[in-house]
Amino acid sequence: MLKHLLTPLAVALGLAAAGPASAQGVVKIGVIEAMTGQQQSTGVQTLAAMRLYMQQHGDTVAGKKIELIVKDDGAVADNSKRLAQELIVRDKVSFLVGFAVTPTALAVAPLATEAKVPTIVANAGTSIITERSPYILRTSFTLPQSSVIIGEWAAKNGIKKVVTIVSDYAPGADSEKTFTEAFTKGGGQVLEAVKVPLAAPDFAPFLQRARDASPDAIFVFVPSGQGATFVKQFIERGLDKAGIKIIGPGDVTDDDLLNGMGEQVIGTVTAHMYSADHPSELNKTYVEAFKKANNGLRPNFMSVGGYDAMHLIYEALKKTNGDTNGDKLMAAMKGMAWDSPRGPISIDPETRDIVQNIYIRKVEKKNGELYNVEFATFDAVKDPGKAKK
Amino acid sequence: MRGPDVSTSAALASAISAQFSARARWSPLEMVFWLGAFSTIWLLPEQHLILTEIVIWALLALSLDLILGYAGIISLGHAAFFGVGAYTAGLLAKHALVGEPVLALLVSGLAGGAFGFATSFLVLRGTDLTRLMVTLGVALLVREIANRAAWLTGGADGLQGIDMQPVLGLFRFDLYGHTAYIYSLTVLFVLFLLARRVVGSPFGLSLLAIKGNPLRASAVGIGQTWRLVGIYTLAAAYAGIAGGLLTQTTAFTSLESLSFDRSADALLVLIIGGTGHLYGGLIGAVVFRFAQDWISTATPQYWQFWIGLFLVLIVLVGRDRIGGWFAPLRRLADRISGWRPWRPGPAAAPDEGGRP
Repeated sequence: MLKHLLTPLAVALGLAAAGPASAQGVVKIGVIEAMTGQQQSTGVQTLAAMRLYMQQHGDTVAGKKIELIVKDDGAVADNSKRLAQELIVRDKVSFLVGFAVTPTALAVAPLATEAKVPTIVANAGTSIITERSPYILRTSFTLPQSSVIIGEWAAKNGIKKVVTIVSDYAPGADSEKTFTEAFTKGGGQVLEAVKVPLAAPDFAPFLQRARDASPDAIFVFVPSGQGATFVKQFIERGLDKAGIKIIGPGDVTDDDLLNGMGEQVIGTVTAHMYSADHPSELNKTYVEAFKKANNGLRPNFMSVGGYDAMHLIYEALKKTNGDTNGDKLMAAMKGMAWDSPRGPISIDPETRDIVQNIYIRKVEKKNGELYNVEFATFDAVKDPGKAKK
Repeated sequence: MRGPDVSTSAALASAISAQFSARARWSPLEMVFWLGAFSTIWLLPEQHLILTEIVIWALLALSLDLILGYAGIISLGHAAFFGVGAYTAGLLAKHALVGEPVLALLVSGLAGGAFGFATSFLVLRGTDLTRLMVTLGVALLVREIANRAAWLTGGADGLQGIDMQPVLGLFRFDLYGHTAYIYSLTVLFVLFLLARRVVGSPFGLSLLAIKGNPLRASAVGIGQTWRLVGIYTLAAAYAGIAGGLLTQTTAFTSLESLSFDRSADALLVLIIGGTGHLYGGLIGAVVFRFAQDWISTATPQYWQFWIGLFLVLIVLVGRDRIGGWFAPLRRLADRISGWRPWRPGPAAAPDEGGRP
């Protein structure tokens, strides 16, 4: 009986032995993304943008061929850590990119330090991530960036009482804390602070509690992909009819999902770093090319994180002339500044975090589709989570 | 195997002892299996990371086999013990309570075992379906407690900042996972030897009797409760050690270690390899993880579809037909436990009324 049970073992070992052969002149980029599960849309968007960048700029930089190795972590930190280690040890990647949610980036940080592999956070938005390893940079955003600005804006624009609803993990805490500080400093009052479990969220009971407190607005942060559920339940519970507004970082009115949310979201005001409606030539070209390459999918704020991560990698390799030494690449990337579809951005040489414009936007209908239309800009916002220190 | 001639009590005694020594003997295939496993230390140095993970899955599945394959307790909540072990090891290392990994691993096993002992009384009430629900419920409870106690466990962000000390104060955990693999494989081997010893003992055989037919087992004087509590506790300790190993080798743990997915996957691993012969979980883990790794690299977005298809096929091809989960398991166990003087009765003898 054991004989036929051992066969699969032999097959499996044979399979494993046929590992990847490394070639000269190839720079491998390990992409760790959530391609399945709740955060799937983040992975799909980011990867699509990275591929688009390679399509537009060619797959050879400084004489080296760029190769993406994509791994699905399902947004589970245990997987991310394991995959990162495998990518470093087995595939010998020169960069790690991705990280749909904060815990996945935090789990990989010690490995980035130990292996000296430049690690670019293209999605996750908790302030502390870049402090966890000197080899981590970020091309997405930090939640304090937009939370502080929407907090100040709300206090100045007739919103006095707010209930906060955030996902119960690090970025939620970040966003709630910085919003509350900015909002109360401006004279606002937070009636209640609610935390919702990250996995399998059902917002209905929390929304009921929020409604009973009758605030002017609900401040909400949920990770990309969960916004549609939130808005749906918000409307089902009749909070819109009770005159309660939704405000928050732009995760909730995610471009990817916005059109499916229904006209009730029109008028929702959020602060964020990217809208598919951003009025620049660069962005128009980007949105068009992205849609064309992806069956009409509209790029969201996660996609630009991936797009700009590729830009950072390409430019860094040009600067080092194809040298993939981790320290040289880090030096090349620090302080780099360029024009992204979202507007002008740069990498803060001190914190390795992103400096970018934050826009206040309102959901409007344009050409039959819903868009976050930008109406105010805050220039070159550094991460307030770190600026204070 | 046919039952021996049992006409006199002396003959019976010698027949029984012959049976025991036959069961304890190592077959050449087993030796080849373990030699093969240990040779990977030198033969596949590039694969030590995934092999470490396979070893941990194997240990978890082995632990599940102890209760499912040998005592007929079906569980969908084995991750509870795995997670208790994982967090124990994590907290011990993080707060430098027990720095040395081997010692910390023992404590993790004790923690898993203690929790298994405490919940065993709940699980032993009722029959298969009730047990399934109770184990599932316990695991969900533990997961939610861990999620809530974020000050201790880090909640949804996972337990960050674990700094592992060298094994036995000598071998540092390296980036390539060499130490981790040799350490894990050794732990698996030692625990396997212990499990082999346990299931080959009169205690193990009495469990099989209970599994085969609880009513008859009671009729010939085999008490159930303490035997089942014993094996459940042992299995929980094994799962705790597996969890501890995961934390120690990755210097990280999160709610995933307590998740339903982990319980379900453990069951899957065991079913792939086959229950009731200890090697099932080990072989299942190898097949499961390599298939998963290979398919998910080939198609990161749709790999779950192919894994699903693969699993259906492997079960269909591996077993002649799907007669539910229980029939093949029982047949297998019956075949192994050929010591019974009576012919294997109707294989699907119902478990109902198991508590006289």
